[in-house]
Amino acid sequence: MRNESRLAQGLLHKIEELATEETNLMEVCGTHTMAISSSGIRKMIPRTLRLLSGPGCPVCVTPAEDIDWIIEIARLPGVILATFGDMVKVPGSASSLEAEMAKGAEVKVVYSPLDALQIAERNPKRRVCFVGVGFETTSPTVASTILLAKKRGVRNLFIYPGFKLIPPAMGFLSEKKEAKIDGFICPGHVSVIIGSRPYEFIPKRFGIPCVITGFEPLDVLQGIWMLLLQRANNHPRVEIQYRRGVTEEGNPCALASLERVFVRCDSQWRGIGVIPSSGLGLNQEFADYDAKRAFDLPKPKPLEPRGCICGPIMMGLKVPPDCSLFGERCTPQTPVGPCMVSSEGACAAYYKYGET
Amino acid sequence: MCLAIPGRIKRIEGEFGIANFRGVERRIGLMLLPEAKVGDWVLVHAGFAIQRIDQEKAQETLKMLEEVLSYEE
Ligand code: SF4
Repeated sequence: MRNESRLAQGLLHKIEELATEETNLMEVCGTHTMAISSSGIRKMIPRTLRLLSGPGCPVCVTPAEDIDWIIEIARLPGVILATFGDMVKVPGSASSLEAEMAKGAEVKVVYSPLDALQIAERNPKRRVCFVGVGFETTSPTVASTILLAKKRGVRNLFIYPGFKLIPPAMGFLSEKKEAKIDGFICPGHVSVIIGSRPYEFIPKRFGIPCVITGFEPLDVLQGIWMLLLQRANNHPRVEIQYRRGVTEEGNPCALASLERVFVRCDSQWRGIGVIPSSGLGLNQEFADYDAKRAFDLPKPKPLEPRGCICGPIMMGLKVPPDCSLFGERCTPQTPVGPCMVSSEGACAAYYKYGET
Repeated sequence: MCLAIPGRIKRIEGEFGIANFRGVERRIGLMLLPEAKVGDWVLVHAGFAIQRIDQEKAQETLKMLEEVLSYEE
């Protein structure tokens, strides 16, 4: 047997030994949801263990009103909208960026915020707006791009600040206690940036074990095992499974650039609500780059798709097959809600890998 | 969306570098990882290197797993 599958078998065996009672583990990050579905881990582990998807899909938690607002910007004459590809299909209240592109809006799908900066430099007479969504993994790359734009004197690049922070969302769900969460599989790449310390309040205040986990199947199995061990020993704390990328202090340079460019603010999470201090906006010094200021548009009144239960799914209260639209009216080809649109949304992951 | 891909730094040009991703070369920003050196394996997200991949720690993790799992078999 290959070494890897032998280790996986060993870990599954350990997990079986410890999974004697009903246990809910939440994988906070959408990339984990995908990894768990595609590797079939959900089907391999004992039935007593439930893996719940969390609020860690940036596209899914971006409120409809933000999407509506971004669409309004894309419709303005002379504007080029630059965005990560994940955002173009997401439905707002009445349209999506994809639909606007078909109608002639200039929307450029980019791989890096640096590409948006390049578009701005090549089109000095146009205003370029970059859609800034994502968590702590992504926001430093945008902070860095803004610093570079400032250094180069680029004035026609604007950022729509929709960044969100993971630990406050985990705190919010732990505090609410609606879903019984017995352990958090903490996101690997967010933690590359923030390190392990920002999670420490979770085991301390709520007694919930946390393990920062990588994305290979072996990583995930080891993460699950470590969480169960913490529970068995009744010693909840923050542990790092993903040691090849994550340290206690994170990436100090990335943290410093966040500090330099952004301020914390309250933020609306789609389907969940406002979470205090869970977002990042541009600070005073960089206010000129703030698309919300540069494009002074009236606030839209969002409409949510009828019957969609993405919110409860991302809070760990429901799973996709609980939705009456799942796989019937709502499929990746005809998505109704954001969790089906995003490739790493829980509904898309369950659908793609036949977890119905 | 928090996907990060491992790449290996081939060249450094000021704040930027050229990294190799399974044969494909790409320019990446090194502003978030100024200590990066030629030859380093790094995690790359949205066009930026965000961390060095610690190969030693990767080996340690595997070795630890091997030991714990075979020890109790
Ligand atoms: S299946 Fe579709 S409608 Fe139902 S919760 Fe998921 S995204 Fe929303």
